[in-house]
Amino acid sequence: MSEHAEHVPGLAHHFATMEQQKEAGTVGMWVFLVTELMFFGGLFLVYTIFRSTYPEGFEYGSFLLSVPLGLTNTVVLILSSLTMAMGVHSAQTGKQGALQFYLVVTLLLCLAFLGIKSIEYTTKVKDHLFPAYTTYNPVTKEADPTNTHAVPTKIKSEVRTFLWIYFLMTGLHAFHMIVGAGMLVALIWMARKGRFNEHYNSPIEIGGLYWHFVDIVWIFLFPLLYLSGYHLNSGH
Amino acid sequence: MSEHHVVPVKTYLTIFGALMVGTVLTVTVAKYNFGSLNVLIALTIASIKATLVILFFMHVYYSSKLTKVVIGAGIFWFAILIIMTITDYRVRQNWHIGLGTVEKPIAANEKQAAPQHSNSMPNGGH
Repeated sequence: MSEHAEHVPGLAHHFATMEQQKEAGTVGMWVFLVTELMFFGGLFLVYTIFRSTYPEGFEYGSFLLSVPLGLTNTVVLILSSLTMAMGVHSAQTGKQGALQFYLVVTLLLCLAFLGIKSIEYTTKVKDHLFPAYTTYNPVTKEADPTNTHAVPTKIKSEVRTFLWIYFLMTGLHAFHMIVGAGMLVALIWMARKGRFNEHYNSPIEIGGLYWHFVDIVWIFLFPLLYLSGYHLNSGH
Repeated sequence: MSEHHVVPVKTYLTIFGALMVGTVLTVTVAKYNFGSLNVLIALTIASIKATLVILFFMHVYYSSKLTKVVIGAGIFWFAILIIMTITDYRVRQNWHIGLGTVEKPIAANEKQAAPQHSNSMPNGGH
């Protein structure tokens, strides 16, 4: 093997082999995802401490969220993880058409998730559940009777704490989805230009890692936020 | 040197099926109230789902030792964040309860109400 390897398409000059380049990219992405874990981790810590302090308020707050919408979004997101994984598979096996197809489907599922999320947020604001608002009317000193989700006065401040955490955590997650949508658009554009083949597909794989990470965050958010008060509904 | 590993489609579909089963399970279980076990059950199912995603969708099962060490170190550090903070928090609350709460003058209209234990953190003056 000569000291100066012949030029391989997709191999940056500071790497010796494609293997080394792929390994560097993968480890680098994982280091980034670990910082992301810490980023979300602080919020999960806040959630844990407040839930143990205000168990009743958290159950009631969770009860105010829509399980059907949350469940739909969970299915949409896990499905998008599957299509992303299929996209990686298509890239690795050099199937250009399939790669573009799966990336577009992943992007559509991402937009579906964000659409459902915005419906949820709109409903919450309408119901005076966005924490900046309150159902409490300072003039009549009573809860607003037009609000269908009247929160018991005793735990009102606890429920507001839950709702702050709900909006913070799902908002940060939704922001990651928006970034992910931008990433998918870039990947689709690169795939259309024929940049990827069975030898060079690191951007797809690394984009996939990001996408699956966002999915994992939601896998934890769904039961913790939506389901902790679900038993209040069913009366078991 | 391992040649570029391509995960078969069948594996992806199996994992997807397992994730769907986990989702249905976590919703079904949430209909019942197991008290303080609720969180534990929810987190166990979510952790299993997350592990499946990490190992197979994210290819960590087939990854190099270096990648696995980076992930392991990250999760370990995250565990320090959660466990140490919660331990500290709980110990401080017990310390507060052990010392008792500062008595407040009781207003006339509050006299009939049952005594309530303050759940708030101790502040500097106590």
